[in-house]
Amino acid sequence: MLDCGMHMGFNDDRRFPDFSYITQNGRLTDFLDCVIISHFHLDHCGALPYFSEMVGYDGPIYMTHPTQAICPILLEDYRKIAVDKKGEANFFTSQMIKDCMKKVVAVHLHQTVQVDDELEIKAYYAGHVLGAAMFQIKVGSESVVYTGDYNMTPDRHLGAAWIDRCRPNLLITESTYATTIRDSKRCRERDFLKKVHETVERGGKVLIPVFALGRAQELCILLETFWERMNLKVPIYFSTGLTEKANHYYKLFITWTNQKIRKTFVQRNMFEFKHIKAFDRAFADNPGPMVVFATPGMLHAGQSLQIFRKWAGNEKNMVIMPGYCVQGTVGHKILSGQRKLEMEGRQVLEVKMQVEYMSFSAHADAKGIMQLVGQAEPENVLLVHGEAKKMEFLRQKIEQEFRVSCYMPANGETVTLPTSPNIPVGISLGLLKREMAQGLLPETKKPRLLHGTLIMKDSNLRLVSSEQALKELGLAEHQLRFTCRVHLQDTRKEQETALRVYSHLKSTLKDHCVQHLPDGSVTVESILIQAAAHSEDPGTKVLLVSWTYQDEELGSFLTALLKKGLPQAPS
Amino acid sequence: MMPLTYCRMKHLTDTSHGVRNKCLQLLGNLGSLEKSVTKDAEGLTARDVQKIIGDYFSDQDPRVRTAAIKAMLQLHERGLKLHQAIYNQACKLLADDYEQVRSAAVQLIWVISQLYPESIVPIPSSNEEIRLVDDAFGKICHMVSDGSWVVRVQAAKLLGSMEQVSSHFLEQTLDKKLMSDLRRKRTAHERAKELYSSGEFSSGRKWGDDAPKEEIDTGAVNLIESGACGAFVHGLEDEMYEVRIAAVEALCMLAQSSPSFAEKCLDFLVDMFNDEIEEVRLQSIHTMRKISNNITLREDQLDTVLAVLEDSSRDIREALHELLCCTNVSTKEGIHLALVELLKNLSKYPTDRDSIWKCLKYLGSRHPTLVLPLVPELLSIHPFFDTAEPDMDDPAYIAVLVLIFNAAKTCPTMPALFSDHTFRHYAYLRDSLSHLVPALRLPGRKLVSSSVSPNITPHEDPSQQFLQQSLERVYSLQHLDPQGAQELLEFTIRDLQRLGELQSELAGVADFSATYLRCQLLLIKALQEKLWNVAAPLYLKQSDLASAAAKQIMEETYKMEFMYSGVENKQVVIIHHMRLQAKALQLIVTARTTRGVDPLFEMCEKFLQEVDFFQRCFIADLPHLQDSFVDKLLDLMPRLMTSKPAEVVKILQTMLRQSTFLHLPLPEQIHKASATIIEPAGESDNPLRFTSGLVVALDVDATLEHVQDPQSTVKVQVLYPDGQAQMIHPKPADFRNPGPGRYRLITQVYLSHTAWTEPCQVEVRLLLAYNSNARIPKSPWIEGGEGSPQVETSIEGTIPFSKPVKVYIMPKPARR
Repeated sequence: MLDCGMHMGFNDDRRFPDFSYITQNGRLTDFLDCVIISHFHLDHCGALPYFSEMVGYDGPIYMTHPTQAICPILLEDYRKIAVDKKGEANFFTSQMIKDCMKKVVAVHLHQTVQVDDELEIKAYYAGHVLGAAMFQIKVGSESVVYTGDYNMTPDRHLGAAWIDRCRPNLLITESTYATTIRDSKRCRERDFLKKVHETVERGGKVLIPVFALGRAQELCILLETFWERMNLKVPIYFSTGLTEKANHYYKLFITWTNQKIRKTFVQRNMFEFKHIKAFDRAFADNPGPMVVFATPGMLHAGQSLQIFRKWAGNEKNMVIMPGYCVQGTVGHKILSGQRKLEMEGRQVLEVKMQVEYMSFSAHADAKGIMQLVGQAEPENVLLVHGEAKKMEFLRQKIEQEFRVSCYMPANGETVTLPTSPNIPVGISLGLLKREMAQGLLPETKKPRLLHGTLIMKDSNLRLVSSEQALKELGLAEHQLRFTCRVHLQDTRKEQETALRVYSHLKSTLKDHCVQHLPDGSVTVESILIQAAAHSEDPGTKVLLVSWTYQDEELGSFLTALLKKGLPQAPS
Repeated sequence: MMPLTYCRMKHLTDTSHGVRNKCLQLLGNLGSLEKSVTKDAEGLTARDVQKIIGDYFSDQDPRVRTAAIKAMLQLHERGLKLHQAIYNQACKLLADDYEQVRSAAVQLIWVISQLYPESIVPIPSSNEEIRLVDDAFGKICHMVSDGSWVVRVQAAKLLGSMEQVSSHFLEQTLDKKLMSDLRRKRTAHERAKELYSSGEFSSGRKWGDDAPKEEIDTGAVNLIESGACGAFVHGLEDEMYEVRIAAVEALCMLAQSSPSFAEKCLDFLVDMFNDEIEEVRLQSIHTMRKISNNITLREDQLDTVLAVLEDSSRDIREALHELLCCTNVSTKEGIHLALVELLKNLSKYPTDRDSIWKCLKYLGSRHPTLVLPLVPELLSIHPFFDTAEPDMDDPAYIAVLVLIFNAAKTCPTMPALFSDHTFRHYAYLRDSLSHLVPALRLPGRKLVSSSVSPNITPHEDPSQQFLQQSLERVYSLQHLDPQGAQELLEFTIRDLQRLGELQSELAGVADFSATYLRCQLLLIKALQEKLWNVAAPLYLKQSDLASAAAKQIMEETYKMEFMYSGVENKQVVIIHHMRLQAKALQLIVTARTTRGVDPLFEMCEKFLQEVDFFQRCFIADLPHLQDSFVDKLLDLMPRLMTSKPAEVVKILQTMLRQSTFLHLPLPEQIHKASATIIEPAGESDNPLRFTSGLVVALDVDATLEHVQDPQSTVKVQVLYPDGQAQMIHPKPADFRNPGPGRYRLITQVYLSHTAWTEPCQVEVRLLLAYNSNARIPKSPWIEGGEGSPQVETSIEGTIPFSKPVKVYIMPKPARR
């Protein structure tokens, strides 16, 4: 099973997947060899404790080390909100999260893990968030690559997804941005930095509402390096709690980040921020410029909303929304240009501060998806995640561009793919040696014809020479001879015709042994050619060509040659 | 040849990849255009080397495939013209599974595209045809998004040198064809441009502002173009900075050859100023400087460029100053903006003072008409009221004045706007910062200096003529009486030195000639007969004089040889000749002062070896040395070899007197190496305190001019008051190369000493290290000849070439 996510929009049973699809009835462990989690976002791992503890699954769960570290924090946080704040019952407990995490097996990048006798998996770097991975799943010669979410353009803290040319039978890729080709990221970064810098220089305060993980770290690095470069002294704050813990893991998993951070690590860890300090509630009222990262990202509750209310009245201040906002949130309202907000208690908040939107998304765009398909060279592509209309467009593009079939199944739909697996056949040494002795070495990659007998015995395939096959199976050999008549327009005598045939073949087939026998017949290797007069038409001679089954190739060539007629004899 | 060819053919089909590999290498090195004839089973078939190698492009082993491509490239390097048919084969290899094969294939395709740029190739799956170079360009562009970064670097590098590519292909590399939900979306750059042209620049971006506009035909959009689409966008956004640097370099090369492309790539280059890796930022600034002739910056671009002035890295800021020196700005607001930002930079990093002044000098002289309307504001002139006189020592005020004065040079109406104190300040600055403030034609004042107008070519230049004449006069004297010759030499030396001070472009030549003349003067003085004829008790004194002269001549010749750039072989001969004379002089002096024959014998031997060495090194130039010291010496060589030391000395002495004065041909371009230590300034009264036994780091910042290979020759010397000298070799990375012939040394010198009772000064200076063997032309037979051991052991030494700077330090005793 690939990923075990949840739907954030629902608060009832629909939020978790319906696992009865897999089993109908019976235990999940019997049906699943393993579970693979691509990264720690809740829509990819949110249902894990429910699945393993409440539904019941005891098999292994594979994920990368950073995912293993960060996943339980997010789950716990989510649980707290759901249970403690919303007071939901029938939810997984902290203990369940712990128990679930005990079943996790961590994998390294490019490490091939043998799940059981047949199944093996291998992780590739995927960008997107810390620890995100793509997985190649392989059974025998058939393989599937599952991308999870990935990003083909590097950002300030993570590199780009990369996969080798593994030629899987199927590539399952996300297609969130199926129809978008994004412009250069540098423009956006520059805009962002410029806006922050200008506001701060004016003495204004900048609020950046973020979610705790992912973009927050990218923006932190961006601002941190900018501050470093420009020698700025204005304080930057980061709201405490979850983010602090997350930053700790970013510090630990430095090998998963991009080139710059890895290189700088020799001197210092870039996630040990010099300019970014922990935020305290009291700081919001401090005079002077500052930059604050606060959660949550859509300004719908919590610290970010509190700070927003304090700062909204001053036109020197600025709020930068780095991501998408769901309808109904304060974030969405201000982005759509609303200037007067009704808060709880009939209060009206006038927004004088500047509102900016800046998209920092970490999904691959259409060009990135195509690039990945090009890198992996799959036989089939399957699109998941995205709007149907857009996916349809991308599907056409992929089919057109790479000439591979592409599918986009709806929920619950099953796709069956034909594959052409390799079947290994054992060849007897004697046959191989004989073949070697006959001709030159096998030419590089070109196919080569070889005669032998295929013996299938209890799912065991062997290629042996026909004599050996006969012996093994205790069968007698049957001679199979083909005879063919070729009509030739020739008024001369049979002997002369035979002689002409002989000289023609002698000149055409240089590397075969052509003989003219005393009885008037011609032999080419073991093929016999006899000339006879036609019973009715004396002007036509009939050539009798006869060959054994083993000489089929040469025989059919000869008849074809003779059917073309003899060259006009010189006089 | 025949058996070798045959042997190759046989082993090419070997089962081991190693054997095939080496065979192909051999083919690449030996194969020639002549058809190698081999006997096959079917008879005689002529097969061409390229065909044979080409067959191995589809070998099963990637190492062999790589070797085959490399062999092909080797053939190309050896001057064989590759067949065009190879192009298609190479294109197939671009999709190879192995990165080394792809990397080599990219190279091969590039080579072929340079060989047959204009031939026409069909586009598969359509009946159109394009030029081969365009097709190859498209293919290499595609490789910029390859899976392996090695290939990406290779591809990005090669793109830069494909200048024949058509412009519409070139421009595609900057366009990724933006789409949003099937509709065309404008790029942020286009938006910025539009905002700018509509006059409302600086409005923030709105939510949903990038909403798509026009519908695009779904069928027409090709997400992965086989063409060049967006190659540079990808390259500049790449994960590895190596690829980004390569892409920036390629961009630079292409932009230099195509002004329209330069205009288009500007936005992307400006974006690179914000790269996370400093090297990339620096590279893109340098690139921008190189193409700045082709471009004019828009105000919004200038804004972004100027924002980088606040960078904390000194290299970046200085590179940016260099860039601004040669940038074209379109509006007066732009100039104002640049000035404001530079002043901000100045107040934030006061150490940038010199660089900023220089930058403003060029900015002013390039844009006089744009500066003119700004003058009242900049000088805060009020039509009715006299404003307060600004502080003359304020670097910011000087910066503004530098800008204005340089603009005023070509804008005669400007001085009318100046107030009285501006004129006074002008006079002051013209004296104190003459390299930054030009001579102005001011109303009511005569032009201060009559600098040579630039349209006179060097040959018509009177000072050049003067130089030539005075040198000719000197060379014409042959056997003048010593007294007159001495006087003439003294005067000429004096003239030349003065000339060098006045005319900076002739300083190199003048100094060089003066040094040579000084050597000659010393030699004449030392050889004055009456000194040599004095009685024995006075020997000591005069031999002191003579040996000092010999020593000085040696030093001067080393200076001549190693301190000037542009010295050619014919000058080296003369210099060595002079040195030989000095050595002869030394020998004579020693012979007269030492008693006993044995040491003298050895010295004679050594001297004769050196003469021999000279002859061997400069055999080609000997005909030019008619009548010279060495010419005569070589004539007498057989006799000298056999005679006793005393006799040798005697002969030498007469020959030295008789020998003529050699004419020193002047090289085309000659510049004296010079260095100026900017930091430490040597003005501080506060000693640098540190605990004795530990080290203190002293920042040294110096500019070097006309130094060849500074990484290996330039050293820093620290002289302690106790006479102890310490030589420091700066790291190669400490040298920066801001322009041709100029270097900047920014390094740290570690000082340490035992405790002193009070602060004292140490001297820091720069030395030029040399190796006397470095310039001697190598003849092949010198190295090979066994009977001729290397006589002249290489003499290594150093020449100080900067003014020493004093640094006040105080090592304190360690506290226990």
